[in-house]
Amino acid sequence: MMGMWSGSAGLRGTLAVLIAVIGGWEGAVWVFQPPIIILPPPSRIWVDFLEAPSYFLRHTWYTTSTTLAGFALSVVLGVGLAVLIVNSRLLERIIYTVLVALNSLPKVALAPLFVIWMGTGIEPKIAIAVMLAIFSIVVDTVLGLRSVDPDAIALARVNHASPLKILIKIRFPNALPSLFVGMKIAISFALVGAIVGEFVAGSAGLGFVILTAQGQFDTSRVFVALVLLGVLGTLLFYIVEAVERLVLPWHVSQRAVAGHGGH
Amino acid sequence: MVACVEIRAAGKIYGSARGPVTALADVSMDVAEGEFVSLLGPSGCGKSTLLKCISGLEAPSGGEIRVRGERLSGPPKGLGMVFQRDVLLDWRTILQNVLITAEFQGRPTAATIDRARSLLERFGLGDFQNRHPWELSGGMRQRAAICRALLCEPEILLMDEPFGALDAMTRDDLNVELTRIWQAARRTVIFVTHSIAEAVYLSDRVAMMSTGPGRIVEIIPIDLPRPRPLSIRETPEFARHVTHIRGLFAALGIVKE
Ligand SMILES: Nc1ncnc2c1ncn2[C@@H]1O[C@H](COP(=O)(O)OP(=O)(O)O)[C@@H](O)[C@H]1O
Ligand SMILES: [Mg+2]
Repeated sequence: MMGMWSGSAGLRGTLAVLIAVIGGWEGAVWVFQPPIIILPPPSRIWVDFLEAPSYFLRHTWYTTSTTLAGFALSVVLGVGLAVLIVNSRLLERIIYTVLVALNSLPKVALAPLFVIWMGTGIEPKIAIAVMLAIFSIVVDTVLGLRSVDPDAIALARVNHASPLKILIKIRFPNALPSLFVGMKIAISFALVGAIVGEFVAGSAGLGFVILTAQGQFDTSRVFVALVLLGVLGTLLFYIVEAVERLVLPWHVSQRAVAGHGGH
Repeated sequence: MVACVEIRAAGKIYGSARGPVTALADVSMDVAEGEFVSLLGPSGCGKSTLLKCISGLEAPSGGEIRVRGERLSGPPKGLGMVFQRDVLLDWRTILQNVLITAEFQGRPTAATIDRARSLLERFGLGDFQNRHPWELSGGMRQRAAICRALLCEPEILLMDEPFGALDAMTRDDLNVELTRIWQAARRTVIFVTHSIAEAVYLSDRVAMMSTGPGRIVEIIPIDLPRPRPLSIRETPEFARHVTHIRGLFAALGIVKE
């Protein structure tokens, strides 16, 4: 009850803010009449989108697939690295050092290198998305794998559970809530990575659309791409959250939402 | 009587950031097959440490521990454990939580699942087997933890202050249930507590422990008849045991009179 009420109220609030912003923007452009190259009105942006919806959606789809591929790869690699890290002090030191060093480099500066190595296809974009997204996956998964009740491990060992069983039956489920925290951050970073990749080299994707439109001083098209990017990022985030709700109905943070709280 | 657990001059020194800590020094004791023994003492006297050594989770730094004649090098077979916190896994239902002891060792058979169900039934949790731990009260959760420990029919049950976090009434309930199941299938039980009355009510013998360093100072046989109803706690014999033990702790300066 509580969750649904606050949910629809939240949705209504968001819509109200959105309508206010768009209305204010439209009004301001109408009053102050800035050059269209500086700030087009929302109505113009909408019309521009309707002129070539398949063009925009095709490029949105390209960016989406790059982002999803980068995200999926980050989850698989990140969880793998996290398992290695919690199982060996030596690996922990090596992997962590490399990750921290890589993470402290500005990824935009690395992007050209990836293009040299992998060409101008989708691969370097996915690689950059992974570079950006993997850090939060590793860090949060390590935290989750580590924060296991020592008594639960004692229980497993008394029952002669193998390390693999302990990983599968205790450590991994215990790490899932934390992994989802990491994934919610990673999905946004993967999208940033995809755009960075498209900026550096490419002939497809919303990043490419923005660059092309900028070259033609078509500000309105830049805005179409930005709005699509915003919608895409928001959707991806909420999809991860919806999956979280499906996978973790047992977790404290989900109980009220999942309707188990009514006791 | 056959000794099930033999503890010979066992000691335990933990290495810590502030140097070595002697948690246990020169502990010797035998626990007979089917006996109910309590380890009783103030906190920090090494009760948990001794239990961990018996379970094979920690190796003693000196001396030796034998279980059924075999010197320990890791957890022996046929051990059940119950902790102060129930350690139920939130993502599993109560039934799945009970089954995990079997899953650790392989895949639970249909017979094991039936046994888990009947254990839960016996502990009054029949209607809750498909609920999740957070939907149960503290007492019910600890009952589920006991079912989990009993699932694989352990010959030795180690319990570390299992009722320490429960309210007095729930605790009484579980004390009665524990004596009942112990009476039905005489397993060896080593039970840690810091309640004198609980130790006297449950045990065949009470091992009194003291700090500085952790050791066993006295082993008191409790010759109260069985089965023991809760009302036995109001009898003069029961009071005599409690007074005797409290007096010994007072003489050690552990409790004030
Ligand atoms: N892993 C450990 N490392 C260092 N010191 C420990 C460790 N476990 C217990 N100790 C110390 O050993 C002593 C006995 O602890 P414990 O066996 O937990 O006592 P009890 O269960 O009787 O309260 C305490 O002084 C405690 O601080
Ligand atoms: Mg203790």
